[in-house]
Formats: sequence, C-alpha cells, structure tokens
Amino acid sequence: MRVWYFSENAYPYLPNGLDNLRVTLPNRLYDPKIGAALYSRYFDEWQLADEEGLDLMCNEHHQTAINLNPAAPLVMAVLARITKRARLLVLGNPIANRRDPVRVAEEMAMIDNYSRGRLEVGFVRGVPYEISAANANPMRTMDRLWEAHDLIVKAWTTHDAPFNWEGRYFQHRQVNVWPRPYQEPHPPVWITSITPSSMARIAEHGYTTATFLTGVGPTKTGFDAYRQRRHELDLPMAEDRLAYSGIVYVGDTDQEGFDGARKIMWVITHNLAALQFKIPPGYAPARARLQVMRGKAGLLHGLDTSIEALVDQGIAFAGNPDTVYRQIERHYRAVGGYGHLLMLGQSGFLEHDETEKGIRRFARDVYPRLKGLGTEPVREAQTAR
Amino acid sequence: MQVSLPGLDDVALDLSESGTGPPIVVLHGIEKLGTEPPLHALLARGGRVIAPAHPGFGGSLLPAWIDSIDDLSYLYLDLLDWLDLNDVILVGSSMGGWIAAEMAVKCCRRLSHLVLVSPFGIKVGDRETRDVPDIFALSPDEVSRLIWHDRARAPDIASLPDDAAEQLLRHQEAAALFLWEPYMHNPKLQRRLHRISVPTLVLRGEFDGLVSEANARAYCAGIPGASYAMLAGAGHVPEYERPADLAAHILGFAGLG
Repeated sequence: MRVWYFSENAYPYLPNGLDNLRVTLPNRLYDPKIGAALYSRYFDEWQLADEEGLDLMCNEHHQTAINLNPAAPLVMAVLARITKRARLLVLGNPIANRRDPVRVAEEMAMIDNYSRGRLEVGFVRGVPYEISAANANPMRTMDRLWEAHDLIVKAWTTHDAPFNWEGRYFQHRQVNVWPRPYQEPHPPVWITSITPSSMARIAEHGYTTATFLTGVGPTKTGFDAYRQRRHELDLPMAEDRLAYSGIVYVGDTDQEGFDGARKIMWVITHNLAALQFKIPPGYAPARARLQVMRGKAGLLHGLDTSIEALVDQGIAFAGNPDTVYRQIERHYRAVGGYGHLLMLGQSGFLEHDETEKGIRRFARDVYPRLKGLGTEPVREAQTAR
Repeated sequence: MQVSLPGLDDVALDLSESGTGPPIVVLHGIEKLGTEPPLHALLARGGRVIAPAHPGFGGSLLPAWIDSIDDLSYLYLDLLDWLDLNDVILVGSSMGGWIAAEMAVKCCRRLSHLVLVSPFGIKVGDRETRDVPDIFALSPDEVSRLIWHDRARAPDIASLPDDAAEQLLRHQEAAALFLWEPYMHNPKLQRRLHRISVPTLVLRGEFDGLVSEANARAYCAGIPGASYAMLAGAGHVPEYERPADLAAHILGFAGLG
C-alpha cells in the first residue's frame, strides 16, 4: 500500500456559530496575514511528509474556508520545486467545471516537467458546492468530464501536428501543447467516483479511482463495481487502481491519536452549506436529492460525528501506531482491499507541531507495516479508450 | 398523450389537448404542477387548447441534444408545422413566455396572436444586477415566495408523495439545463423583438417576484404595437392563482371572449 499525505488547508479562525462555510461566506473573515502564514506552514508540512517517505496529494475547493486551494495546480507547482522524492497527486482537476481543458493539459504537463515525472493527474467532477462557485451548469457534468478528459489525453499524446476539437461541450483549434508531459505516454490518471456506473467506466480505462470518507459499505460497493468491470472485460486487476481517503492521526497513545483525529474532524463537522448549494438540481438523481431535501440523507445525516464512531465506521484511523495499523488493516479487508491510502492528516485546529508529530509517527511506525499489505502494484498500461 | 415528431424520433412530447375551435397553444413556465392548470379548461371554452410539457417536464423525454431555449423554440415551430396549425394564439408564461418570444422572432407565419405572461428572456438591468433573482442561489422556501403570491397553493416537497415530489425535482433539473447561463435571458433577444409581427399582449402578475415590472414593460416596448396589462392578485404563476382573469385577458385579446 502507498500512502499519500494531504491537508485540506483550512482557514479555521472563524467566528463561532456560522451555519454555512461554502459559496457565500464573506471573505472579509479572511485575514491575509493569518492566511499567508497558514499557506507557508502547510507547505512545510507537505515537505516534512516528503522527507518522511510519504507521497503527496492536494485537492481544490472554491469560495470556502474549508480549503484555501482554489487552484490545485499552483500548489503542486510549488511542491514540485520544494520536494525531491514524493510522487505528487493532484486530486483533482475539476474538469467538468473548467472551461478550457487544453489549459488543464498545459498546467499538468508543466508540473510533470518541473517534477521530472513525479506527477499523477486526478480528474474530479467536484463536490456539489463547487457548481455555483464555478458557474458550471449542474446538469450533464459527467458528460462534460469525459469529453474534457478525452481532449486532455489527446492533447498530451499528440506530438506531430496540431489537431482541432469540435466536441459537444468543448471547441479548440490548433491544439499543440508545449511542453509535452515528462512521463510517457502521460502521467498516471486518477478519477474519483462512488457510483457503480462511474466506477465501471473508470475501470474500463484502468485508471485509479478514489473515494473519500465513505467508510465500509459504500466503499466496498464502489470498489466491487470496479473489480467486477475489470473481470467482465477479462482485464487484469491490481489493488493499486483503488484508493481510499480517511482521517489519519497517530500519537504515542490511543488517547493522543484520538485527540489529534478529533481536531482533523473539523473538516467534517464544519462542512456546512445552504441546501441550494448542497444539492443543486441535476447533480444527483432526483430520488437522492429528494432524500436530502427532506432531511433523510446528506453529508452529515445520521452520522455520529464522535471520533469513536468515525473510527468504527472506517472514516477515521486514530490511536497509537499498533491501533492505527489494525484499524487500517481491518478496513482494507472489509472493503476487499485497495492499494492507496489518502491520508487526511491535517485540518481545523491541528497545530503545526501536532501535525508534524502525526506525520512522523505514521511514517515511521505504521507505514512500514502497511507496505506489506496487499498485492504488488502492477503498472499495466492505462488505456484511453 | 405522448407524440413524436417526424424526423425527431428521440423527441416524445407529453401533449394535452382539449376543446375545439381556433388553436390556442399554451407553453408552461418553470412551475408546472402534477395536475392540469385550471387555465386550460377555461381557455378551451374559446378554442382548441394544445399544451405540451417541455422536454424534461411532465411525461416529455429530454433527449441528449436538447439543452437550450433556442432548441425548444425550434421544436415547437416544428410542432406547429406538424399539426398544421394556422392562426395560432400562442400563449407562454415564465420560461414558456421566453420560448414563445423566441418562436415569434423566428417566424410568425402560423401565429395570429401572442400572449406573454411574466416572460423571461431579456435583460434590461446593468451587468451587476440580475433582472431575475437567482433561483439556483436561494433556498427552496425563498424561491417559492418569489413565485407564489398565494403560498397556500404552492407545492410542498415535504408533504407530497415521493413520485410527485421527484417529478417536481426533475422539472428543476430541466429548468437548470435551460436557464443556467446566460441566466434567464438571451442577450440577443431584445434586439430581435421588433421582428414580431402579430398583435402581442404582455401580462405580468402584480406580485411576481421573478419578473419585474420594468423588465416586463421593456419586453412590451420592444414589440411593435404590443400592449401591457397587470394581473391583480397574482404572483409569477397566474395560471394557477388567477386562472379566470388570465383566461379572460387571453380570450378577450384574441377576440374569442
């Protein structure tokens, strides 16, 4: 198993009692001096994770204090220069919402060159609160994602002459990206998903898929759909095509581990959005949207957000090194195995020294044992069908 | 009744029809309830009412190639051809008013009268002021308040049976597809309104929270010879809130009253 460290790069210094941290939160609540110090600190923590042998991930969110990275490529461009060893995963580029896929292809190719081939490129549909912030039509997002993907892969892999693109959603003339990617034929591709239908399509390409904070049941359903589709197509399956993201904090004691994870949990308990941004029309099927509107489903619905409950559900892994290893192993077996753990190791009010300690403890006392978990990665070719 | 149009095999329109006489084609707005609006029966006293559900609404399918008000305007021009309707009284409200206006600027050949009820479609305010409040950035309750003057008649997602509630949510999906951007308007439409060559009546509900009086009056001013009237006691949905008044205005304007 490979482990990728990331921070949500939160800005937690907010007034008490806010009921909405997405889309409409006034940015007068952001103090640039505090924010600049946070950016600097978060880069230091990524650097430490690199030095400790972890791979690195960053994500992208807009118009929110939950996450200060509205442009993941900028974060990764910096990390490409200040790290030496780690592979670098952008998870991801919200290409259903970005207007110019060719620009995305260029940005990723630049970072792949900066890092001399350490980049892995994720494509995501984006969480629903991104729809308004991106001014993207909430309907037909998956259609746009796949067409943008097709254009980006073609831009990366076309080397002899410009081509034109006149698609359903995107048009572009004289596509001819400079630089081309460092890796051949292009950086490994990841696409996040949870629904079985999306999983199947990702599996057909052999891309790595990832789910976030989905515990056991939904994760297994999604991973099973991926494995099933590979099996149906008589294609090889390797665990390195499946990734799971959970909160991770390792302390000297179980108590210290739980205390740290409880602070990271801020990202879940403060992920508050108004209903119209939480579930815009078309983002999810009408039946699912109805359940959210009626208060019978949704991000926090029915979720016991005590850290003990999150650990029980496989959403958080916390405790001393032995405890955390056992929790991850249990989750790994419960969902049928996966090859990547995306370690949400910092958020909320988890301070710098606490973050550093959690990274070191994990990297030194848990990660070596996790490396033995699971099947050997098989980097068979991904196919852009 | 579900009908397919020749050459448009993936289009299946849910069409309701009642009455006899001069054709009155009614294009509904963003708020379409599960039951037939009382307006249709009232209009059927004066003519043959033909009311399609827009693709994605009611029982009409939403083919992958349809995604704009422009598409819907051509679809309904095709429908008029296919049904071979002449001297049509074309009535559109809300997004249906926008569709009707887009049809009329393209071709008035089959029309005798045009009635636009609280129509979307044009923008008269500055670039930092939305003409229509953003229904995709407001809570369901706030949107309901802007649409309905008589809140007691407004649908309540919380208490509707699942199937009926899901149907209304599918309508919101189709509305998002058609109305998202440019939001509730076609930047070109206002400069094309002069092409409308049939008698036109612009109506607006007195308490319409979506289409302002300034916007509705600008619509009217752009159409040669058009007249304007206010519907007392109605919000954005006079077809549900003041159907008798609305029917009287339409039939009177068309000389069928």
